[in-house]
Amino acid sequence: MMLREMSKKTMISLITLAILVVLSATTLDYSGLRTFSPSMGMDVLRGLGQPDWGFLYDGSSEDLLSLLLLTIGIACLGTMIATVLAVPITLISAVNLWPAHPWVTKLGKFICNVLRAFPELVFAIIFVKVVGPGPFAGVMAIGVHQIGMLGKLFTEEMEAMDERLVEEVQAVGANFWQTIFYVRIPYLMPIYCSLALNHFEIAVRSAATLGLVGAGGIGAPLIFAIQTRSWSKVSIILIGVVVTVFILDQITGIIRKKLR
Amino acid sequence: MSLKETVHFKWYKHLLIVLFLFACFQGSVWITSAEFSQVFQNSSQMTAFLSRFIHPDFSYLPKLLEPMIKTLQMSLLGTVIGLVFAIPFSFLATTVVTENRWVSTFFRFLLGLVRTIPTLLLAALFVAVFGIGEATGVLTIAVFTFGMVSQLMFQAIETIDFGPIEAASAVGANKMQIAIWSIAPQVLSQFASYAFYAFEVNVRASTVLGYVGAGGIGVILNSSLALLNYERVSIIILTILLTVAIVDKLSERVRRSLL
Amino acid sequence: MIIFDNVSKVYPNGVVGLKDINLTIEDGEFVSIIGLSGAGKSTLLRSINRLVGTTKGDIRINGTSITKANKKELRTIRRQIGLISQSFNLVKRSTVQKNVLSGRLGYYSTWKSVFGLFTKEDYQQTKEALETVGLSDKLQTRSDELSGGQQQRVSIARALVQQAPIILADEPVASLDPITTQKVMEDLKNINQTMDKTVIVNLHSVPLAREFSTRVIALNAGQVVFDGSPEALTDERLNQIYGKTIFEEKAGEIDELERNSSL
Repeated sequence: MMLREMSKKTMISLITLAILVVLSATTLDYSGLRTFSPSMGMDVLRGLGQPDWGFLYDGSSEDLLSLLLLTIGIACLGTMIATVLAVPITLISAVNLWPAHPWVTKLGKFICNVLRAFPELVFAIIFVKVVGPGPFAGVMAIGVHQIGMLGKLFTEEMEAMDERLVEEVQAVGANFWQTIFYVRIPYLMPIYCSLALNHFEIAVRSAATLGLVGAGGIGAPLIFAIQTRSWSKVSIILIGVVVTVFILDQITGIIRKKLR
Repeated sequence: MSLKETVHFKWYKHLLIVLFLFACFQGSVWITSAEFSQVFQNSSQMTAFLSRFIHPDFSYLPKLLEPMIKTLQMSLLGTVIGLVFAIPFSFLATTVVTENRWVSTFFRFLLGLVRTIPTLLLAALFVAVFGIGEATGVLTIAVFTFGMVSQLMFQAIETIDFGPIEAASAVGANKMQIAIWSIAPQVLSQFASYAFYAFEVNVRASTVLGYVGAGGIGVILNSSLALLNYERVSIIILTILLTVAIVDKLSERVRRSLL
Repeated sequence: MIIFDNVSKVYPNGVVGLKDINLTIEDGEFVSIIGLSGAGKSTLLRSINRLVGTTKGDIRINGTSITKANKKELRTIRRQIGLISQSFNLVKRSTVQKNVLSGRLGYYSTWKSVFGLFTKEDYQQTKEALETVGLSDKLQTRSDELSGGQQQRVSIARALVQQAPIILADEPVASLDPITTQKVMEDLKNINQTMDKTVIVNLHSVPLAREFSTRVIALNAGQVVFDGSPEALTDERLNQIYGKTIFEEKAGEIDELERNSSL
């Protein structure tokens, strides 16, 4: 039915896609799968179905709850630092703030793009080397990466602003900083908060991952549990992560609705 | 005059917010035992590290070509598989098609579950279960894409125009026919958009999946890091950045010519 | 007093915005600028406070040239000129009070305004300005909760708080309903007469121009084609200038006349 309606271009692209897919599928290395077997799969499922509730809370600082709290703390601090530092970056990246010297904005945008391009994992590795393993490395990694992401988003919102609002108060004598504080900030504040909250959520998930390279949080115990095939432990940790993210999702969702 | 009559009339509300944020900040600092001075104290280490970083080992570049292509293939295959499964699933998850709140809620819950777990952890899990290698990487990406695109599609379907659907059911079409003739055309362009977006995200993600053994260039990244060979790490990262940039540009071109 | 001295504006793409404008506007006048869309009304108005630059000529406000003013002088001159725009341009999330007070920003240093340290007198004036336009009960209301007409009156209150002797209004009633239009125009006339302020309004409605102003300036393709009293602006004259009866209210008037004469 829709085949006839598709343009020649679409057909060609879809055929190319199909060829690429088949090529990829046939040239992949499936050797790793040899180690898998249905009984092993059952083992895994059985283990996953019996979460190790003892790990949830046992008073030490190494139990699930403390680790989850730590992970949230890493994400929170990282996002806070990033939000604060993203603002000055936005000030030098937005073209509507530099009508006379647009080359400055190229510099700001370049910084953002560089920070965004590096996967957080790489930053985590670097910071583990610089400040040592532990949650602080995670904080720095998330913080630095998010500066790039938030910087780009903040700049986009700033550049999409209706300049007439700014013109209006300039026309009656306001100077540059007054337009920032009386027009731009009141307008952008709810948008920026919403973006920051969204990225806090993303940061929590990153923070869970970064433990992989020693940057603290729930990542390290999880990886360890996976590699030692302790499926019950894996199960309870995953449950903890999912529940935490879900709760945070709801909370930030409510706050973001109120910001409208 | 009292503060209530000035522009600061909401001062108690603002103060409360500031205090709350401050509490969050302090709490996080304490819990992560953060010491910002450390960043500057270890600057000598940082500079030593950075100086090695600034000299990428270009001679290693040819050896990176094959892993990079494998990585791209991995992401392409994974994306396509994920997309293929996402289509029926997102239809099932909407109340529009099933009209049964329990069924759609159940599917949404399942989707949420999959989306919550970070990609890298998912990959680690799959590697432990299915073994190392690119196939596992494909699986990870497929599952991740499936989760992400289903969610996006679900939201897209929920916001479409109901007119054509009513019209179709009025003339006696069944659920399947309604899905194909009334719903699909409306969300087709959005689907294409999400497909491209998913591919771009996956290319980035797939580059590090190898770190946990799921194949691709991440494997070499892991080994180079373990050997403290920062010059190699540097060229690997550069290759990744370049590839991602190229893929983004190509994707944009193709997208523009099709839509 | 505002003096246009041989002013021209040519846009970078070659389009002529204004051509050889020579005007003198005395204090206390109520001037309406009319013309077709694109005739240069906005350009003319906005060049008075230099929101739009000019390529030739000089514009002097009370003796000081705004064309040649530096940043500091520009600010000083601008706070003497109020602006009311077609699309209100209030900061939606800010309260009415804050929006009106922003008219005084030209008198404050950056630091004081950042901390919102306005003087008692300014707060008092804000209250009085809002009373004048009939919105005293909306002091702490968020601006986006007001209707179009109310937002426009907030703009007027802001111009009042500036205590500016000159008020510019760029199509202030174009997006308002007929009743609110009358109210806003009456407010402007009131301000012009009781507070002796110079009011310059861009209008695309000739009847409104005739009803409220003491002087009408008609523009066509960037040039002044009529400058005189409303009485002198007869329909024949309009016909002469624009070559056709294009103003819609005009068509409405003809219908009225026909209906009345047939009764």
